[in-house]
Amino acid sequence: MSILVNRESRVICQGFTGRQGTFHAEQAIVYGTRLVGGVTPGRGGSAHLGLPVFDTVHDAVARTGADVSMIYVPAAHAADAILEAADAGIALIVCITEGIPVSDMVKVKAALAGLDCRLVGPNCPGVITPGECKVGIMPGFIHRPGRIGIVSRSGTLTYEAVFQTTNLGLGQSSCVGIGGDPVRGMNFVDVLALFEQDPATEGIVMVGEIGGSDEEAAAAFIRDHVTKPVVAYIAGVTAPPGKRMGHAGAVIAGGKGTAADKFAALEAAGVRTVRSPAELGSGMQAALG
Amino acid sequence: MNLHEYQAKALFAEYGIPVPPGRVATTAAEAQAATAALPGGVWVVKAQVHAGGRGKAGGVRLCRSPEAVAEAAAAMLGQRLVTKQTGAAGLPIHQVYVEAGSAIAREIYLSVLLNRDRGRVAFVASAAGGMDIEEVAATEPEKILRVDVDPAAGLQPYQCRRLAFGLGLEGGQIAQFERIARALYRLYLERDLSLVEINPLIVTRAGELVALDAKINVEANALYRQQALAKLRDESQEDAHELEASRHDLNYVSLDGNIACMVNGAGLAMATMDLIQLHGGAPANFLDVGGTATAERVTAAFRLVLSNERVRAVLVNIFGGIVRCDVIAEGIVQAVQQVGVKVPVIVRLEGTNAEQARSALAASGLAITAARDLTDAATKAVALAGGARVPA
Repeated sequence: MSILVNRESRVICQGFTGRQGTFHAEQAIVYGTRLVGGVTPGRGGSAHLGLPVFDTVHDAVARTGADVSMIYVPAAHAADAILEAADAGIALIVCITEGIPVSDMVKVKAALAGLDCRLVGPNCPGVITPGECKVGIMPGFIHRPGRIGIVSRSGTLTYEAVFQTTNLGLGQSSCVGIGGDPVRGMNFVDVLALFEQDPATEGIVMVGEIGGSDEEAAAAFIRDHVTKPVVAYIAGVTAPPGKRMGHAGAVIAGGKGTAADKFAALEAAGVRTVRSPAELGSGMQAALG
Repeated sequence: MNLHEYQAKALFAEYGIPVPPGRVATTAAEAQAATAALPGGVWVVKAQVHAGGRGKAGGVRLCRSPEAVAEAAAAMLGQRLVTKQTGAAGLPIHQVYVEAGSAIAREIYLSVLLNRDRGRVAFVASAAGGMDIEEVAATEPEKILRVDVDPAAGLQPYQCRRLAFGLGLEGGQIAQFERIARALYRLYLERDLSLVEINPLIVTRAGELVALDAKINVEANALYRQQALAKLRDESQEDAHELEASRHDLNYVSLDGNIACMVNGAGLAMATMDLIQLHGGAPANFLDVGGTATAERVTAAFRLVLSNERVRAVLVNIFGGIVRCDVIAEGIVQAVQQVGVKVPVIVRLEGTNAEQARSALAASGLAITAARDLTDAATKAVALAGGARVPA
């Protein structure tokens, strides 16, 4: 078992024939992802990487039965791409694109609220179920099928958690990069709920960072609803207030969203925390007992 | 991206939000001349810098004659203003804003920003205007009023009324407030802002609402479609290193330690800074070289972090995923050779082709210290930078 994607997932790529889309679609195919086609408006009817190209997501869904889309279109068009995928009935939309204006995401979030689809991202590495399906830009080879669910706002810190749990022989059930933007699709709480329900997941590594209060919400959720061991780490202890640290969402604003507050909330909820990113794997191993 | 007060007030005026009459000036003579066009016998001269706390720092002066205005402007222009938000170096004053004085009956706080928890635009208001809103929020949270706007429905009249009555406004002020709030919402959306703050929004003795101050942040990700606003950027108000970094498309933030960091990925970059502190050192910067750490970018990044004189060691921390570590190692060797690095360089490379990368670094003959893992990297960087700041 796993969450969000598996070997049955039928994946399309929006922005398929672009440089990013092409590269990562190729990588996904090599990994074994069941990529069934792609969308580039105006290129419908042609083939790319040996797969059909469609003008619209609706066409792609009608012809391939796709249920997952990964989006690599430029920031100016990404909100449109997400809404198109949602309207076409895609169940899981994974938006990799970085730099989407917040006001676009405010509209997208409101539009998706009443629909039966999930959005991961934007500005994220994507979702992977090791050995089955890779939807995103993460390096596939560091993953191993296994017992740990990983959820993170940061791409490279996800890879650290993956690398460490792989080296310790724990492996991963699924890994979800929820992204570094302030307004996004799935949040910690949503992913934690799925991991809690997933029989393959025995422990959860959660990597947060400064800005917002989603880690605090996660802490409350874990306290009330998660029975599996959770190890959490928060990046940005040394970040100065008011400065955006790379990610659009990583900013301590008005004294809120500090790493110290988040660590405190998680610890108060009984979550095992580690203060060093080098201890994500060992902390998880210790928590599993 | 921040705007100056005078730029923000010009936008307010464009959207029909009442502001006191004012003129921007770059010389004392201009400032004095501006008074002729501004009614009344009282003027306020305000230093135009990208920071709050100007009043307490001497950046806002009340003047009762055109000569006094000239004097105040002369005292400010060309100087640096140090406020509690600027750091010790302060920010340069290249313009002053001369404004007609207002007769203030009361001061209100009003801002528009993103409520991240709900993914909605929010209005925050408080009857405790003119004060530090963070302090009000911390000590008297009941004095803070908030409404979130449904993006499809837009700002509703009832929401404006709730704020207006909550602020203790009365009579015609309720409708005035609603007009201002609706204009602010339109401004916020149409110009892709991430913050509008009016502190204070005053009620004049005549009972009129007027925006006495104006702070606007424009969302950086939307500047591509806000060309007019993008032109208002004032690079003199930015940190020199951060400005240089932005020219190379690098994400950089200056800090006050002595161990420079060069990392791929924002999260890992923050984690690297934290790790340095955890091992007793102090990071000199945040730097995310991005997912495509090419030789050119790595070279630019080395130049950038080394332009900080405090730096005593450089810690390079790369998790090579799609980007191969051996390619990055090549870039590091090239950069170290080209830039002429005189401080210890500690490198931790993990991921794709990490072994080849380590061999390449070792074979380069350069003084590069290879680290086995994250902890080893931080420990070595702290030791090579001169040891822990605070003895353990």
